[in-house]
Amino acid sequence: MDTFGLLAQGMVAALQWQNLIYALIGVTLGTAVGVLPGIGPALTVALLLPVTYRLDAAGSLIMFAGIYYGGMYGGSTTSILLNTPGESASIVTALEGNKMARKGRGGPALATAAIGSFVAGLIATLALAFVAPWVVKFALAFGPAEYFALMVLAFITVSAAFGDSAVRGLTALFIGLGLGIIGIDQQTGQSRLAFGVLDLLDGIEVTTLAVALFAIGETLKIAADRNQVKEEVMAVKGSVWMTKEDWKRSWIPWLRGTAIGFPIGAMPAGGADVSSFLSYSAEKSFAKHPEEFGHGAIEGVAGPEAANNASAAGTLVPLLTLGLPTTATAAIMLAGFQQFGLQPGPLLFANNANLVWALIASLLVANFMLIVLNLPLIGLWVKLLTIPKPWLYGGILVFATLGTLGANGAMSGHIGPISFSFELVLLLAFGVLGYLLRRFGYPIAPVVVGLILGPMAEQQLRRALAISQGDVTILFHSPIAITLYVVTAIAVLLPLFMRLRGKGQVLGQLASDED
Amino acid sequence: MSSGAPNLSRRPDGAALVIAVILAGIAAIIIWQTSQMRLPPIQARVGPTVFPYAIAGGMLLLSVGTAVSAMRGGFPARDNDNYVPIAWIIGGLVAQILLLSTAGFSIATGILFAFTAKAFGRGPLWQTIPIGVVFAFIVWFAFAKGLQLSLPAGFLERLIP
Repeated sequence: MDTFGLLAQGMVAALQWQNLIYALIGVTLGTAVGVLPGIGPALTVALLLPVTYRLDAAGSLIMFAGIYYGGMYGGSTTSILLNTPGESASIVTALEGNKMARKGRGGPALATAAIGSFVAGLIATLALAFVAPWVVKFALAFGPAEYFALMVLAFITVSAAFGDSAVRGLTALFIGLGLGIIGIDQQTGQSRLAFGVLDLLDGIEVTTLAVALFAIGETLKIAADRNQVKEEVMAVKGSVWMTKEDWKRSWIPWLRGTAIGFPIGAMPAGGADVSSFLSYSAEKSFAKHPEEFGHGAIEGVAGPEAANNASAAGTLVPLLTLGLPTTATAAIMLAGFQQFGLQPGPLLFANNANLVWALIASLLVANFMLIVLNLPLIGLWVKLLTIPKPWLYGGILVFATLGTLGANGAMSGHIGPISFSFELVLLLAFGVLGYLLRRFGYPIAPVVVGLILGPMAEQQLRRALAISQGDVTILFHSPIAITLYVVTAIAVLLPLFMRLRGKGQVLGQLASDED
Repeated sequence: MSSGAPNLSRRPDGAALVIAVILAGIAAIIIWQTSQMRLPPIQARVGPTVFPYAIAGGMLLLSVGTAVSAMRGGFPARDNDNYVPIAWIIGGLVAQILLLSTAGFSIATGILFAFTAKAFGRGPLWQTIPIGVVFAFIVWFAFAKGLQLSLPAGFLERLIP
């Protein structure tokens, strides 16, 4: 069947009333949580995973699609209305969006972000639908050696290519890889690095690690900050609607942002932050009034917002077709699939075609729901932004521990008569790790990606070496693998060269921390 | 290797050197634990030990890289963090862990909520703990009853049939 037929079939499934309700709950929760300051898309998805536990695979993934798009959308509202200090380098939308809000043009800024996200989401999701089968066809030819090469490339682009230090990026990655070894080896049943602790035999849960690093680590870092700045929420004054002039200035940046965001998301080349940054610089250089940039240019909101969303859809291409997560958010979504015993990759398209196409169709549905919901509900989201910090972070920790308990709440540890949850102890330990990583300028995403991708890379490596009976040259046997290694080498050497030339700052701004 | 916003002082960064030592220590533990594994000969060649050794090797290299970066002041400047709020939050998490099985979800989590609020300067505890317990109870009700998540119940939760 052709893509249109498959997509139409998926649409029929997605439009069943209970799936529509799942999608609606997903986008609403995703936006509500994503709007909260300090909660990025990765944490939104990780915190809301427990909500989906009791549903069947299809319902759960459909709700997940809504949460993902909703979380991406909610984040942009936050950065427009609240200029979160320290985060503004990575959230480009805040640069111009907050300036617009300060001038009383918060409404049009939110509108161009919402409509831009919609346009980008629509085009990019359709692009996903058409590109995915093509990649699947290509991926079916991949053997273990090619997969291993692909994963090495993903490791490097996630950790070393962006950010201000390759050493710190790689260290973060290796911490994740090290955590990934813990537990029973999938192929031989040998236990590794479990230190006799029964709870460690199953390995470290990706969601526990992600929630700890993002929620608890971030809470600790913000609580420890001595210069508590009182953040000012911008009131949305005047009309929410865009003027004719706003439309005229927005539509090309939307399309340009989409064109930049989707390929960057689809390649294992870093996340949404990279694409929104590139889109921002593109808009700045194409702009008729470049002097307006930095003072609230609407192009600087429209482009990066579209790029952001397009790259969110693009990230799903490697995730669904190759099982390759390239951002922390994608890593958590992969964990979401795995809880149903589903392994994304070319075989998923063959064996669970209905499920995959229902998921892609629900992304389109979620996108429509967001545009319908968000502009009218903007007052509600603004209220969420004004929650005082003590309650906000208290609530974040309540939900962080709730999710961990819901996933694995066995009271398996004992101190004397008291039994406790080992999973919560891990959550605390990784939370402290998250704080230390932030304090010393280490990126977070590589740790999460390393944990989930490490065991997969190991499996492919050992499969390849088993086929060749231990001959390492099989890894460099095919043209595909060699190409991938060459790209990897470029991804290592180019940033190194840029840092030597004193362009490290630019790379630092491209660091993708939150997603 | 590293640049970014460098430390202004060119003295070696002591805390960063500690990180280098910890990395080397973790690598040593991985190597030691992996060498303790008893493998049947058939697994010896491309077995479950290859990857751990490779990761440990990588960590050793990164430990050296971190040390070099620490000597050259390559780490970004650090804020002078306040550890009192951190102690409150960690205290709240530890209290929750210890109380969950006996006091139930609402009371244990309410204390975590109140301690976290305290870390952000909201008190006094005799006011925030009841607020936290009520909030946690509502959350418990929604998730345990509504979504059938299994969450530890104490006497408060057992009041609801």
